[in-house]
Amino acid sequence: MTEFIDAVGRHGFLQQALLAGLLASLGCGLIGPFVLVKRITFLAGGIAHSVLGGMGVAVYLGADPLVGALLSAVLAALLIGWVRLTWRTGEDTAIGALWAIGMAVGILFIAHTPGYAQDLMSFLFGNILLVPPRSLWFMAALDLLLLAVVLGGYRQFVAVAFDEEFARLRGVPVTFFYLLLLVLVAVTVVLMIQVVGLILVIALLTLPAAVAGHWTYSLAAMMVAGTLLGSGLTSAGLALSYGPDLPAGPTIILLAGALYLSSAVLAWLRGRWRASPTLPAARA
Amino acid sequence: MNPNGSPVAAPVIEVDRVCFAYGPVSVLQDVDLSVQPGEFLGLVGPNAGGKSTLLRLILGLLQPQAGRIRVLGQIPRRARGRVGYVPQHPGFPRDFPISVQEVVLMGRLGLGMALGSYRRTDRAAAACALAEVEAADLAGRQIGTLSGGQLQRVLLARALVSDPAILILDEPTANIDQRMEGEIFDLLAALNARLTILLVSHDIGFISGYVSRVACLNRTLLCHATEAIDAAAISAVYGSGVRRIQHRQGRPTRSGATGTTDAAREMTDVSV
Repeated sequence: MTEFIDAVGRHGFLQQALLAGLLASLGCGLIGPFVLVKRITFLAGGIAHSVLGGMGVAVYLGADPLVGALLSAVLAALLIGWVRLTWRTGEDTAIGALWAIGMAVGILFIAHTPGYAQDLMSFLFGNILLVPPRSLWFMAALDLLLLAVVLGGYRQFVAVAFDEEFARLRGVPVTFFYLLLLVLVAVTVVLMIQVVGLILVIALLTLPAAVAGHWTYSLAAMMVAGTLLGSGLTSAGLALSYGPDLPAGPTIILLAGALYLSSAVLAWLRGRWRASPTLPAARA
Repeated sequence: MNPNGSPVAAPVIEVDRVCFAYGPVSVLQDVDLSVQPGEFLGLVGPNAGGKSTLLRLILGLLQPQAGRIRVLGQIPRRARGRVGYVPQHPGFPRDFPISVQEVVLMGRLGLGMALGSYRRTDRAAAACALAEVEAADLAGRQIGTLSGGQLQRVLLARALVSDPAILILDEPTANIDQRMEGEIFDLLAALNARLTILLVSHDIGFISGYVSRVACLNRTLLCHATEAIDAAAISAVYGSGVRRIQHRQGRPTRSGATGTTDAAREMTDVSV
């Protein structure tokens, strides 16, 4: 660990990697709780995987893959949202189709782009050590956008996540806020691709929020705790992977998984411990 | 005449020859209903008789295929802001990380600022509404830790916090025990002093002591007493305290059962 702290002081790329992890954590902290309570993990997974299509087209055309990722993520989010709002029952199939089609398109374009084959692995599993400063600015801009939109529409987002019918009766434009929420999920996915790659995004999006949910009792607290947990996990994962030269993305995800499992067990034990003495009282 | 004895005012809810079907299944046929200001109207009828559907039409969540609905003189969608609604099944998961106070505050959406957080006036109104339903002590509790009766009070507070002119409740006591049921109805009777109330129930024996008028719905609104009827009159028709509704075919159907078929879609008249 001291070796890592030493190295951070000496190497600019490690400082950038740490910063990238923190920037991604803000996104996962803000949006992860909504993905969790709205139960749209599968939907977020679909958006994340379909992003490869946009990245493939972007590298083929010589553009920034992150811009391609952002465009395709937003497009996928709106398409899935539209299917859900129009047909309701077709949502699962639509997500599965977009998931696979997006990846197929991406692979085809990358296969026909000379010299880009090695980038495929970093798209899929992230490469936090190679985040260029330009991408850091891009991520910071996405973070600001997320923060502004979530804070501005916080009441409406909570109402739509909690009880769509009641929100509609109170005059909240439910369809607009639902689609906006999906777009924010898409933006968050793009934010995290640099850090953990599009396959592992879903873990970083849901696990810190889920751990926060075990111990906090409001969405706002989940957001703060989720952001802090995400920051801790990305930094710790980076530090752990540095010495033995492991890939950082999978290390971060395994840490998150371990934390989630232990938290779930502890929360379950706490629930049993609390429930046993109060049972007779509850019955009376 | 309305129950207060004042001259007849414009009805707050007007349903005029409304038809509604889910696909090929006709649910409501030529339904007429008019609710006067200050009334406490009990809407009864067997399950699958269209009671909830009629409420959803009045709230503007569904559009009628024929007929016309006016609420406070406006189309339902426009009148929503002045209607409080307590659903039969809360449309949220019980494990949602949210406190009672935050749930009640949601009733304030659509009032005041569109963006940002709730104002001090919103929080004061939420505290006030919780006090009115005698649930002020629950404000900080998680929504998932409430009992059925407590949750019903909180949902009532959420409907009251926007200071509505009409309160619409769909089976508000379906999931709670009888003692709680009495408390909720006492509360509604007190609220009726300032609000028009439209309440759906399958339990006419119980609501008869509280409501000023009963309408029976089973696809068509068959009985629609224009005079106020009292508990004795309803008991005479239904039998005091008997929780069942007798159908014309002579086939007794427990009000809680879903055994009504199209052939049996006819109700006993409650003519008074």
